[in-house]
Amino acid sequence: MLTYVARRLMVNVGVFLLISVGVFLLVRAAPGDPVRMMVNPEQLAAGGPDFIARKRAELGLDDPVVVRYVVWLRDALTGDLGYSFVSHRPVSAVLGERIGPTVLLMGTALLLGLLVAVPAGTLAAVRRNSAADYASAVVSLAVISVPSFFLGIAAIYVFSLTLGWFPSSGMTTPGGGGTDVLAHLVLPAAILALSIAGPFMRYVRGGLIAELGADYIRTAEAKGAGPPRVLLRHALRNALIPLITVIMIYVPQLLAGAVALEQVFAWPGMGQLAISSIGQLDYPVVIGFALFIAVLVLLCNLAADVLYAVADPRISLQ
Amino acid sequence: MTAVLTTQISRRSPARLALRRFLRNRMAVAGAVFLVLVVLLAVCAPFVAGHDPNAVDLTAFRRPPSGEHLLGTDSSGRDVFARLVYAGRVSLLVGLVASLAAVMAGTLLGAVAGVIGGVADAVIMRTADVVLSFPSLVVVVVLAGVLGPSAPMLVVVFAACNWPTSCRVVRGLALGLREQEYVQASRAFGAGRASIIARHIVPAVLAQVAVVGTLLVAQIILLEAVLSFLGLGVQAPQASWGNMLTDAQNLTLIRTMPWLWLPPGLAIALTVLAVNFVGDGLRDAVDPRGVR
Repeated sequence: MLTYVARRLMVNVGVFLLISVGVFLLVRAAPGDPVRMMVNPEQLAAGGPDFIARKRAELGLDDPVVVRYVVWLRDALTGDLGYSFVSHRPVSAVLGERIGPTVLLMGTALLLGLLVAVPAGTLAAVRRNSAADYASAVVSLAVISVPSFFLGIAAIYVFSLTLGWFPSSGMTTPGGGGTDVLAHLVLPAAILALSIAGPFMRYVRGGLIAELGADYIRTAEAKGAGPPRVLLRHALRNALIPLITVIMIYVPQLLAGAVALEQVFAWPGMGQLAISSIGQLDYPVVIGFALFIAVLVLLCNLAADVLYAVADPRISLQ
Repeated sequence: MTAVLTTQISRRSPARLALRRFLRNRMAVAGAVFLVLVVLLAVCAPFVAGHDPNAVDLTAFRRPPSGEHLLGTDSSGRDVFARLVYAGRVSLLVGLVASLAAVMAGTLLGAVAGVIGGVADAVIMRTADVVLSFPSLVVVVVLAGVLGPSAPMLVVVFAACNWPTSCRVVRGLALGLREQEYVQASRAFGAGRASIIARHIVPAVLAQVAVVGTLLVAQIILLEAVLSFLGLGVQAPQASWGNMLTDAQNLTLIRTMPWLWLPPGLAIALTVLAVNFVGDGLRDAVDPRGVR
C-alpha cells in the first residue's frame, strides 16, 4: 500500500517538475526584456548605459539557467508568483480572490450532477434494456456532445432574456437580496452539472450492473433481504466507491467547463481571469494560473490513485 | 452442395460481419449519413457557400436570414452560411488531422512496446502514464498565452496529449498477438521485428484503433470549439464553429440575432453527436462481446 502510494507520488512529482521546467522555459521565451518590463521607463532613461546591466545582475538574470530555475521554483512554491503586469498587484493575491467563485461554481455543479446521475444510473441499471435505460444512454451521449458554452448561450436566450427567470451574468446584482448569488448560480451550475451527469450516470449504471451480478448479492437475497435493501444497502454502496475515483479524474474536465461557462456568464472566477489575462498579455498571471491548475490536477490524480487503492485492497498487492 | 457452402463461408469474413452489425445499428448509420453530408458541404464549400466567407459588406450588416443570405449576416456584414460552411472545413480538419496523428503515433509506439518489450516497453509506457496525467488545458493556456494562439498549435498539442489511449490499446493487443502461432511461425522463418509489426500487428489492430480514433475525433472537435470560442484557438478572420460563437457574447446580439449563434452551435453539437454514434456503432460492430 505504502509503496504503491509512494510510486504514484513520484510519478506525480515528476510530472510537476516537467511542467515547471516547461513553464519556466516558456517564460524565458516570452517576448520582451524582463528588465524593461519591470522598471519604470523614466528611470531607465535616466539611469545611463550600464543601468540595464546593473539591474540584470540585481535581479539575478545573469545567473546560470539552473540557478534561476531553482530560485524561480522556490519562489513559486512559497506563493511568490511575481506581480501582474496589468494591476501591479501580487499574482497570488489576484488569483486568490478568484478561487472562491470558481470553487462555488464547480462544487455546486458536482453536487447537482451527482444528485441527477446516481438515481438515473440506478434506474437504468435496475430496468436494464428498458426504454428508460435506452433513453438514458442516448441522453448521456447527447449531453457530452453539446458544447457547454453553446448550452450557456441558449440558456441565457431562453431563461434570462425571454422568460426573465434568472440573471444572465455576474455573481451579484447591486442591492440584491440573500438569494442573489443563488439566482446567479443556477444557470451556469446546472449546465456544468449536465456535462458531468452524463458520464457519471454511465459509471453508476455499469458499476451497479457488475455488483448486482456478484455472489454476495445472491447471499443477501438468500438470507431474506428484500429488493430495496439489497439494492440500496448492498449493491449501490459498493457501486459508488469507484465513483470517488471517477470524480477525481473528472476534475480537470470540470475545470475546463467552468472556464468556458465563466466566460459566457461573466462569472468572476479563475477561468475568466485567465482568459482576460491572456488577452492582455499578462504573463505572470497566466503562468500563475497554469501552475495552480497543474498542482490541482496532479493532486486529484494522486487522490484518485490513493482512493482507488483504499477502496480496492487488491490493487496494492501488485 | 459444396459450392453453396464455400460461398456462405466466404461471405462471412469478419469484416463483412462487422459491417452487417454496423448497418443494423440505426443511430450509427444515421450518424454516418449526417457526417457524409457535413463533409460534402465542407469539401464543396466554394460551390455551395454563394458568398466569400470573409467579404465585409457594411451596407448589409446584421441582416436576418433571407433569400440572398440564407442565415443572415453578422456584425461586419459577412454571410453567416458561407462562414458556417468554411468553418466546417477548419473544425473537421483540425479534428481529423490531430486524431490521425495521435492514433498513428499511438499505434506505432504501442506495437513497438508490445512486440519488443523490455526497456523500450518500460520507457514508452511510463511516458504514456506521464502524458495521460498531464493537464492538457494548462498546455494550451500557457502556449496560447506566451506563443500566441493558432490552429496548427492546437493540432500539435491535441496530438501530443492524446496518443497514449491508442498506445495502451495497441500494446495490450500486441502482447496477445505476439504469441499467436502465425506470428511465431513468421519469426521462425526469420522475419525481423519491424516486419512483424508492419505485416502482422498493425493490420490486426486496425479495427480497434479505428474505434479509438473515431471517438477521439469527437473529443477534439469539441475541444477545438471551446478553445476557439475562448479566443485560444483558430483566430479571426478565419472562421471556425467555435469562434463564430465568440461574437455572440453580447446580450443584445444573443437576443436579437439568434441566426448568429444558433447555426454554429448546432453544427458542433450535431457533428460531435454523429461522430460519437458512429464511434459507438463501430465499437459494437468490431467487438460484439461488449454489446448489452
